[in-house]
Amino acid sequence: MQAKRRFWRHHSEYRHRRSGVYTGLTMSEKVLEIYLHIPFCERKCAYCDFLSFPAPYDKQEAYVGKLVSEIKCAGELYSDWRVATVYIGGGTPSILPPGAIAKLLYAVKTSFVMQTDAEITMEANPGVMGPEHLQAYRKAGVNRLSMGLQSTDDWELKQLGRLHTYEGFLNCYQSVKEAGFDNVNVDLMFGLPGQTLLTWKNTLKRLALLRPEHLSVYGLSLEEGTQFHAIYTQYPHLLPGEDEERAMYWMAHDYLQEHGYERYEISNFARKGYQCRHNLGYWTDVPYLGLGLGAASYMEGCRWHNIKDLDRYLEITNIGELREDSEPLDEHAHMEEFMFLGLRLDRGVSGYEFLLKFGKNMWDVYGEAIKELEKEELVEIHSPDMRLTRKGVDVSNYVFEKFLFDKE
Amino acid sequence: MPTFDQSKIRNFCIIAHIDHGKSTLADRIIERTGLLTLREMQDQVLDNMDLERERGITIKAQAVRTVYKARDGQEYIFNLIDTPGHVDFNYEVSRSLAACDGAILVVDAAQGIEAQTLANVYLALDHDLDVFPVINKIDLPSAEPDRVAAEIEDVIGIEAADAPRISAKTGDNVDAVLEEIVKKVPAPQGDPEAPLKALVFDSLYDSYKGVIVFCRIKEGTVRRGTPILMMATKAQAQVVEVGYFGAGQFIPCDELSAGMVGYLTASIKNVKDARVGDTVTDSSRPCAKPLPGYKKVTSMVYCGLYPADGAKYNDLRDALEKLQLNDASLFFEPETSVALGFGFRCGFLGLLHLEIIQERLEREYDLDLVTTAPGVIYKVHQKDGTVTELTNPTNLPDPSEIDFMEEPIVTSQIMVTTEFVGPIMTLCQERRGRYLGMEYMEETRALLRYDLPLGEIIYDFFDALKSRSRGYASFDYEMKGYEQAQLVKLDILVNHEEIDALSFIVHADSAYERGRKMCEKLKEEIPRHLFEIPIQAAIGSKIIARETVKAMRKDVLAKCYGGDITRKRKLLEKQKEGKKRMRQIGSVEIPQKAFMSVLKLDEE
Repeated sequence: MQAKRRFWRHHSEYRHRRSGVYTGLTMSEKVLEIYLHIPFCERKCAYCDFLSFPAPYDKQEAYVGKLVSEIKCAGELYSDWRVATVYIGGGTPSILPPGAIAKLLYAVKTSFVMQTDAEITMEANPGVMGPEHLQAYRKAGVNRLSMGLQSTDDWELKQLGRLHTYEGFLNCYQSVKEAGFDNVNVDLMFGLPGQTLLTWKNTLKRLALLRPEHLSVYGLSLEEGTQFHAIYTQYPHLLPGEDEERAMYWMAHDYLQEHGYERYEISNFARKGYQCRHNLGYWTDVPYLGLGLGAASYMEGCRWHNIKDLDRYLEITNIGELREDSEPLDEHAHMEEFMFLGLRLDRGVSGYEFLLKFGKNMWDVYGEAIKELEKEELVEIHSPDMRLTRKGVDVSNYVFEKFLFDKE
Repeated sequence: MPTFDQSKIRNFCIIAHIDHGKSTLADRIIERTGLLTLREMQDQVLDNMDLERERGITIKAQAVRTVYKARDGQEYIFNLIDTPGHVDFNYEVSRSLAACDGAILVVDAAQGIEAQTLANVYLALDHDLDVFPVINKIDLPSAEPDRVAAEIEDVIGIEAADAPRISAKTGDNVDAVLEEIVKKVPAPQGDPEAPLKALVFDSLYDSYKGVIVFCRIKEGTVRRGTPILMMATKAQAQVVEVGYFGAGQFIPCDELSAGMVGYLTASIKNVKDARVGDTVTDSSRPCAKPLPGYKKVTSMVYCGLYPADGAKYNDLRDALEKLQLNDASLFFEPETSVALGFGFRCGFLGLLHLEIIQERLEREYDLDLVTTAPGVIYKVHQKDGTVTELTNPTNLPDPSEIDFMEEPIVTSQIMVTTEFVGPIMTLCQERRGRYLGMEYMEETRALLRYDLPLGEIIYDFFDALKSRSRGYASFDYEMKGYEQAQLVKLDILVNHEEIDALSFIVHADSAYERGRKMCEKLKEEIPRHLFEIPIQAAIGSKIIARETVKAMRKDVLAKCYGGDITRKRKLLEKQKEGKKRMRQIGSVEIPQKAFMSVLKLDEE
């Protein structure tokens, strides 16, 4: 309960700011988030199924130019919206020269109206960033850095096909802090080939000492089409077993909690006040605009994503032609997402919010499913709210599925 | 239409082992006799069903009439009746043969005589047909027409030295076959003025015309308005239309007289009134005695068919009724299962027949089906002296009341190249076969004869035979009779509940092995639940095998990266969709395909 109340405080603070009171703007203002996709990396990791690949420098340069013009077009289309967060993800955005990042953020700032306290995150590879890069990012406006460390065990990093070492990361982290970044995320992974509870504990200990503001902790998943999928679906015994994998997750959960991190979402932990506003938006129905190759958007009740072919992306001049698979959400789809995204959060879903959004009682709509899940001890009810139990987190897919409506 | 002289009619069929080119030759004959232009020609004209074209096999007998101008300057009417080649469909072959006066025996010039070739020749001879051989596929590099001709003379004992050597595929020498038909197939006999006597050899349901009866006129004449009587079913009706078979269409004509093959419609609504094998006569002037119908077909294999969606029960019944109209060998009666709800116990000629019916129901009638383990008919002798025929294992009386049980035995002939005799003998031993003997057909090929329990060959014997002989073995069987055997009922329990649809009868010696394999297979098929699920095989109250589906410990979505929510939703939807195809039994969800996959246990 304690934790839950704390969460609500942060959360309402966030909403408060978004609503404009905090920034002194009018209440009626519409708020969105922007995601910029950089689909380039030095080398494809064996487990990665994101839209990302190595490309020659001139392609990258052309891409940045194209992305800038997409930003400008979008700015005209959504001129009456305000930007609460920007997230530059990839791929490896830090593969671009610092000037390119500056160009992109300049385009965002001049094409959109920004909230004064906008959270601007950039993903970075812990490998090769020097102090001069980091200074340039800060100057460009980046105020939150997300570092893809994954593990502090060099052998495990090698298995993943990562190019950096733990020592390289430490040097880089030092420079990040020296450059003045006071909001840093580090990505970690568990369930890796050869990983044990012992090596995982070691990684957690080292991170708890470094005390980054935010930690993302993901279980390895074998995505179709990756090398990892090909290898480890054939030799599953090379991965930690299911029970061990779950033990790793709860070890992280408990250990990080003891060391001042709150888990606010299934895979995300933050020190007080440092939850990632951009990601929270995804789970709480905030509209977002994805720009760049393959980026996903959710605006005015409609989901779509951009095309995924780089050469076509570079050719197209009309922003409308970039969009694919546009899908307006009907009420059912909207409710389903409200439930399965909301339940990812530690606080769960709120019956009040459901009522406000849909004008219906959550128990009228989902009463049967909820009763069943409560009996199976997968959710717990603190009327009018509902959250996953520990057991529910482990089988969250199974739980989420229960909130889908029958299709005919 | 001018009435044809009886002596100018040739009623014949083509018989062959599967894949020896029977349907292709039929196509060539139709093409050469000018019925279809090349443009209208689609491969395998007579194989109407999609399923037949896809599998490249003939399932239903089909008839077609063409006119051939022979070298003697005369025009002849050819009535060609195509027949299925698979062992399961002997019944259809036998029906077609009864409507013919002669048969062309097609033999592959590379493969020579196969088990089915022999079986079909014997069938044709049983029907007093004149059989003349044709050696096909001479375009193949491995063709040895002379060797095959000698083999036909040796093994079958019919003249083959001057048999036409043809390639139905390229059309080479097909004209010689046409001439042979004229010369070697006898003209039909029968008095057109006698009382009507016609044999029903097939029928088809048409939603406009009612039942279309395919018949061979043996005596007399039938025309529009003739009052007819079905001698076995006693159904009466007035003929609305008579006609003959074009390629894929019905062509009406004035009358059908003795010796002709054609169809008649008489607004017969009820499918059961026009039974295949019945004799049609004129009710105002009936013939004295009906024709000897075919011997009644007996279903060899039984299984339960259930609609996946219980609400489709009536649709399934309607579909089965319609299929039965054209397939008298299909038997069904309603039954209920605790696990599967309402459905039907169906009888089939064999496993291929079962698969084909199942596929037709799914495709042509858009039904999703769940099938239970196929079994044969066992005779159960109870201690009080009663004997029951058991088609559904669930109905087996309590073991304490059973004196003994009998199982059906078949006599089989397996033709195989000598190098594979060893593996095939091993296979037959494994299936409790009793060795009867072996004959060498020629140096490299042998004919093995075994008595085998039918229950042992209905699952996958044919597949096993093919794989252990690299495809070279061919196989045929006929019912021999019943023999006493040590049989037990094997039950499957999932989460301590007996699944009636998975029970089956098995020989006591292989019960443990089968029970173990069933459990293993089910373990693969049943998805993990939130709790542990024991899967057990039992004979009576004795558990003989056990597997466990571990409880689901983990089912987590990875991160929602870059806000691609749509993809996550699709994954969840797919997962949910998968569950729809499951049967809830107690608190366990069992995928419907589990019921079918447990049948295929013997994969090596």
